[in-house]
Amino acid sequence: MRNANPHTRTTAFIAAFTLLLALWAPPAGAENKLNIVTATTDLAALAQEIGGDKVDVESIARGYQDPHFVEAKPSFLLKLRHADLLIVVGLELEIGWLPPLISQSTNPKIQVGAPGYFDASRFARILEIPTGVVTRAEGDVHPLGNPHYWLDPENGLRIAKGIQNKLSEMRPSDAAYFAQRYDSFEQRLKQAEQKWIAEMKPYAGHKVITYHRSWPNFAEHFGLDVVGYVEPRPGIPPSPQHTVELIGMMKRDGVKIIVVEPYFDLKTPNSIARDTGAQVVVLMPSVGGEKEITGYFKLFDYDIAKLKQAFDATK
Amino acid sequence: MKRIAVLLALVFCSTAASAGQDPSAKSKKDGAANQSSVLSPQEARINALEDQVRTLAEEVALLRDELHAMRDAKSNEPGSSSRVLLASSHLEPGMVPSASPSPVAASAPDPALPQAAQTQGFGGATSNAKLLNPDISLIGDFIGTAGRNTVSPSRSLELHESEIGLQAIIDPYARADAFISFGETGVNVEEGYVTFTALPAGLLLKVGKMRADFGKVNTIHNHALPFIDRPLVTNNLVGGEDGIDDAGISLSRFLPAPKNWFVEGTAQVLRGDSSDVFTASRRQDVSVVGHIRAYRDLSESTNIDLGVSYARGHNDAGLGSMTFNPSNFLTNLYAADATLRWKPLRRAIYHSFLFRTELFWSARDQLSPLDIFQTQHAFGLYSSAEYRVNRRWTLGGRFDRSGRATNANLTDTGFSGILTYWPSEFSQIRGQYRYGHLWDVPNDRFTNANEFLFQFLFVMGAHGAHPF
Repeated sequence: MRNANPHTRTTAFIAAFTLLLALWAPPAGAENKLNIVTATTDLAALAQEIGGDKVDVESIARGYQDPHFVEAKPSFLLKLRHADLLIVVGLELEIGWLPPLISQSTNPKIQVGAPGYFDASRFARILEIPTGVVTRAEGDVHPLGNPHYWLDPENGLRIAKGIQNKLSEMRPSDAAYFAQRYDSFEQRLKQAEQKWIAEMKPYAGHKVITYHRSWPNFAEHFGLDVVGYVEPRPGIPPSPQHTVELIGMMKRDGVKIIVVEPYFDLKTPNSIARDTGAQVVVLMPSVGGEKEITGYFKLFDYDIAKLKQAFDATK
Repeated sequence: MKRIAVLLALVFCSTAASAGQDPSAKSKKDGAANQSSVLSPQEARINALEDQVRTLAEEVALLRDELHAMRDAKSNEPGSSSRVLLASSHLEPGMVPSASPSPVAASAPDPALPQAAQTQGFGGATSNAKLLNPDISLIGDFIGTAGRNTVSPSRSLELHESEIGLQAIIDPYARADAFISFGETGVNVEEGYVTFTALPAGLLLKVGKMRADFGKVNTIHNHALPFIDRPLVTNNLVGGEDGIDDAGISLSRFLPAPKNWFVEGTAQVLRGDSSDVFTASRRQDVSVVGHIRAYRDLSESTNIDLGVSYARGHNDAGLGSMTFNPSNFLTNLYAADATLRWKPLRRAIYHSFLFRTELFWSARDQLSPLDIFQTQHAFGLYSSAEYRVNRRWTLGGRFDRSGRATNANLTDTGFSGILTYWPSEFSQIRGQYRYGHLWDVPNDRFTNANEFLFQFLFVMGAHGAHPF
């Protein structure tokens, strides 16, 4: 003899709920435009350059936000669920927040390895790939190489090429449009690059300190010499002992510039600057870091103008 | 170096091309042989060979052009497998003279770096250790307790839990997560489930053993809690430390919602065995859990997160009873949660604030001391707040109040204050003061508990995602 009543009720409850969940059809959002979501604003800017008005691009992180520490807010799922293409920085930069967003997005198109998952790092020249034993004794190291690679215009171009190929693959009918946008981007970038390099030329080989290791590609491309970091190790807050050593080194070598990302506290950099007569420059590592930085070109315009100003002030 | 590589590639390509050419060459040879009535066999062979050489030369020229074009455009195709091999070989510890690069050496601009990057082409290193292996992590949770608590005493020092996490993508359709916790008394698969990420109609299916989607605190692993212990109400009404953690199937889906609201519904069917909350004596005594979550960004730094949950299952109150069918004893649980978060994006690593409150109602069928069937209605809640003072310090407080599931009239009360120090993102040191006004069952009276708890948390291995 079974008391079937609770059992039936349970089954009915499950069935009703499942039905309820399944009945809501996904909103018909299949517009003609490709829906692109990027992890950072720089990738969004590059995707916009190539995609033009054939794409809608949105970035998850803001330009003034530390891309290591974005929160996996459910509101991002609303963006991801309708994305046709997800462009990520890769090299484990987003490891603290993107994996759960991707798996919860219920969007098969952008799962890791799917055609709509695009890892921009595979197209860029990566620096600081660690050799030897990698442990966290060196701080929050990136074992696959430095992920701040977009700050080299050459890499920007390489990523843009990769995006062009990807978009053409997704929308073969617009391939000619994307190719033309890439050509125009390449031409404008090469021009701008000459201008930037010329502007930075007087400061070639100048030594600078940076807060975090965000600038190796930028420094290499524009001939700066990064000789130290405010952080004793990546991801470890400044320590008094390290700061003292840094001040000694800066005085000895005549280092006059401290580059700080917008998401770090200025207290330590300012106190180092007071002791050494150096200048603190808040440079933007990403598009949108300041309102006026609306695109990939403006990012370098802004940073180079700020650097020039600081170098001239410390002459 | 580059030139040699190009040369090698060319040689390889031409060999490949000639290999590909073979059948056609043969057929041409056959064709020439057919004309042997006109040409002598030797002439025919020479002609055929000339043809072959011409096609090969054309092919090589084409390939060379292509290669040049690729190099000129600094083409961005991802590295070939041989390049990946080269890149990963950088990770071999034996390859470098110094096994532990000093930070000074690492921070000095390394002239060899661009060279190394050149040889490996584009893209980052391939992580050798991770090739097809799951991400592995271990989180150690060491807890010490001092002070007086006669109602629920804990040991002075213990490695409370060592949780091993294994996470990997299974195939293009699913990923899996397993968390195995080694406690002081035994091993427990805390969670182990597969998530199907590529289902149609926006459905997300999880199958395995999982912490049920009942409220907030029930879904959080011990080491991710904002406090050393769990709220009183968890212990009194929702199964204690393990909570509702059971084998089953979970289905969730985003629900239609007003603009800018994120609403998600989850339905779960579990076996019906969870700590002391649910007990299944028959196969059909499954428990069900339903959860609806609504989330909204108020600004880029502030958001609210609301939820209602329901859980239903059989309990153990009727087991051994002669007069009642044990399957008629049910526990219905209801919960509501609200969370307010603030984290300024420009100073996210320095400051943040979180306020959370959760309310629980329990309706438990049981037998009164006089063996009369009754339903006990108990209520409990907690409210907590955390504030990140700076990069290394977090302050928190919690208020607790809860009846007991079996006797709603006995209401325990408590509060806690906690201070957390973060040496880095991968370790935490905490101290918590806890006061409790708790019902002492054997002595039939309320008693005060004053305790000081401290905790060391450490993470090794894969960098897990931060819970939100």
